[in-house]
Amino acid sequence: MNGNGNHNARIGVYVCHCGTNIAGRVDVHALADFAGKLPGVVVSREYKYMCSDPGQDLIVKDVKEHNLNRVVVASCSPHLHELTFRKTTANAGKNPYLFQMVNIREHVSWVSDDTVAATEKSKALVRAAVNRAFWLQELEPRRFPVNPDVLIVGGGIAGIHAALTLGNAGKQVYLVERKPTIGGHMAQFDKTFPTLDCAACILTPKMTAVRQHPNIHLMTYAEVSEVSGFVGNFKVKVKKYPRYIDEEKCVGCLDCIEECVYKEGKYANEFDLGLGKRKPIYMPFPQAVPPVPVIDPATCIEFKSHKCPKGCMEVCGDRDAIDFSQKVREVEIDVGTVIMATGFKTFDPHRLPQYGYGKFPNVYTSLEVERLVNASGPTLGQVVMRDGRRPESIGVLHCIGSRDENTNKYCSRVCCMYSLKLAHLLKEKTGAHIYNFYIDMRTPGKGFEEFYKRVLDEGVSFIRGKVAEVSGWAQSPAEEGKLILRVEDTLLGVVRRIPVDMVVLSTGLEPQADVQEVRRLFNLGCSAEGWFLERHPKLAPVDTFTDGIFLAGCNQGPKDIPDTVAQAGAASAQCMALIDKGFVEIEPNTAWIDEELCSGCHVCIAMCPYTAIHFDAEKKVAVLNEALCKGCGTCVAACPSGAAQQNLFRDEQLFAEVEGVLV
Amino acid sequence: MNTNFNPTIVGFFCNWCTYLAADLAGTSRMKYAPNVRVVRTMCSGRVDPQMVLWAFRNGADGVLIGGCHPGDCHYQEGNYKALRRTRLLRKMLPQFGIEPERLRLEWISASEGERLRDVVNEFTEQIRRLGPLRMEVAPKVAMAA
Repeated sequence: MNGNGNHNARIGVYVCHCGTNIAGRVDVHALADFAGKLPGVVVSREYKYMCSDPGQDLIVKDVKEHNLNRVVVASCSPHLHELTFRKTTANAGKNPYLFQMVNIREHVSWVSDDTVAATEKSKALVRAAVNRAFWLQELEPRRFPVNPDVLIVGGGIAGIHAALTLGNAGKQVYLVERKPTIGGHMAQFDKTFPTLDCAACILTPKMTAVRQHPNIHLMTYAEVSEVSGFVGNFKVKVKKYPRYIDEEKCVGCLDCIEECVYKEGKYANEFDLGLGKRKPIYMPFPQAVPPVPVIDPATCIEFKSHKCPKGCMEVCGDRDAIDFSQKVREVEIDVGTVIMATGFKTFDPHRLPQYGYGKFPNVYTSLEVERLVNASGPTLGQVVMRDGRRPESIGVLHCIGSRDENTNKYCSRVCCMYSLKLAHLLKEKTGAHIYNFYIDMRTPGKGFEEFYKRVLDEGVSFIRGKVAEVSGWAQSPAEEGKLILRVEDTLLGVVRRIPVDMVVLSTGLEPQADVQEVRRLFNLGCSAEGWFLERHPKLAPVDTFTDGIFLAGCNQGPKDIPDTVAQAGAASAQCMALIDKGFVEIEPNTAWIDEELCSGCHVCIAMCPYTAIHFDAEKKVAVLNEALCKGCGTCVAACPSGAAQQNLFRDEQLFAEVEGVLV
Repeated sequence: MNTNFNPTIVGFFCNWCTYLAADLAGTSRMKYAPNVRVVRTMCSGRVDPQMVLWAFRNGADGVLIGGCHPGDCHYQEGNYKALRRTRLLRKMLPQFGIEPERLRLEWISASEGERLRDVVNEFTEQIRRLGPLRMEVAPKVAMAA
């Protein structure tokens, strides 16, 4: 090969209109004309939709008729259709890597408002691609087997559903949950909208099924601490925190909790958001899975003073399940695919002090009210407020931490519906007068609008307006002892003061607090808000940019239970597609080192983040292990001799491309 | 300042962050200056300083390298390597008679379409103010293969 690459290159250039997406801004005729005159180009065409069947057929036909050996398509982002056109090239009987894509949609037509400038930019990019095409080489994708075991991170409804789906399909599943029990947020809910199914009645059987499933290895009170490897071949380290009770030996009799030196619960129960109390040895809730208590060393007297009579140990007796000497353990597992089902956290209303959360005891978050109305909650389903009274009037405030320029701009999607549900449940349980304050009522879902109508008919008052302030500042005897809501009623066009006994803040959904750490651990992308980034919002909604890792549930964005379950099913299907295929093909963009050119300077060895390069002391050259190389190309950039090269991104290819965009 | 001057800028964008940010700017239909022509690399760590010089030599008025934010690199630390190389290269550029301001490295994540737009617009303006590079280009030699 010389300075011009392959002299025998016969290039076909195809300019896509993408309907009017490209053709509306770029002069596609001029672009195709221009491309036709470039050296090496044998055919240049334009077509309405290159990715469609007729579009692809056009390429296949041309390759055969004109004996083309290079294909260049100017259309959208390679992240969308590079694979499509590589397949087309393969269908035409050519090596798929003899294809070069030009992005004139996302990078040109959609971001330009001037046709002349957009066309000029497109020409430069097409010329660069044609220049680069001379240097394309035949490559073979690397093939690796897929480990059929699956890791699921997070044991909420998404993780549970995915684990059962995969387990039932005969796959071995590791379900890792960081809390002492699986169940997630759904286990905290009372009823689910719009059907008012009892959350426990539909969830707990699935939780038990997980525990009993022969193919599911449940690891609760555990966190993933390290991930390495790649699609089909991940190595994962899981940190298992000590529960101080042996899960194998415990039979779940709960006598130990009974015999604790504390006769009553003394510490805030996390599961009840502090509305109930627990002992230092406790089960988060009676239906917890696994049904094994946990000891909290921060509050247990034995850990604090070593002077506890240890009634728990005594009553456990021969079962000998209690073990104060447990330490953090690290377990290593090998899996081929991963489902991220790490969920969300609710918005902390302390950030909006105007709503008085934490200041007025009778201001609650919606999740707290879920526990309050729950028959197995801290009040056994009685709506008794923190001051011991029962409310006669309740205000439900929508959009707390959602649709707000000061907190989160997005709509949390579930709050309107759960606010309607809570209005219904509170009305049913207390007979109180309920006001719902909303910006817009958003009920797009099966049976949702009907549910809204039902709650309207039940006599709940709806006031269109965002509450500005919750205060205790009474201006009349009727307001004495009440929480005063000040709100602009945007339908009446007046500012109103509404006194109520209880306030429910319908808090929005936010990414987990440690989402950035988790994201780095698994090498995932995040949106600006912190939701995991899906590969494509429409066509690959559960895939990520890291092959073999899939998303399920609210870590990708706020969604309700039906959507979460559907996504968990989709993620499971994606795992199975990889497992049942049995192998993966990896982009052949690895680096290699030309022994003849290598001077043995060691520079590349220190550069490689994967220790894929070592020094052959006998030959005095660097040697690259292709299996470990992930194709970043940093060794290539560092090599002073040009001995290191990267497939698909060889120096010649990139230099030719740079020249092409300029000339 | 020559306001009619329309600079040509080469962008080396990494596949996982800045290239995707440019895709996002596109799908969000943000309008920005048409001066940056993107060359995709898998990682900003792949950007060989010679590629930057090659761009200047072939007529680029500016070069913009885009990588993932520190700690976010898809390949763990390629962006740090890009940072070191860019720092050194910016020290070298004046020896070629090139203002170091003509080379810029920016961290732009996949979710930062707006930032991509702002950086491109701002850098284009900066190069416009600097004026054309007007490299004295020697007769072209065939590149060693």
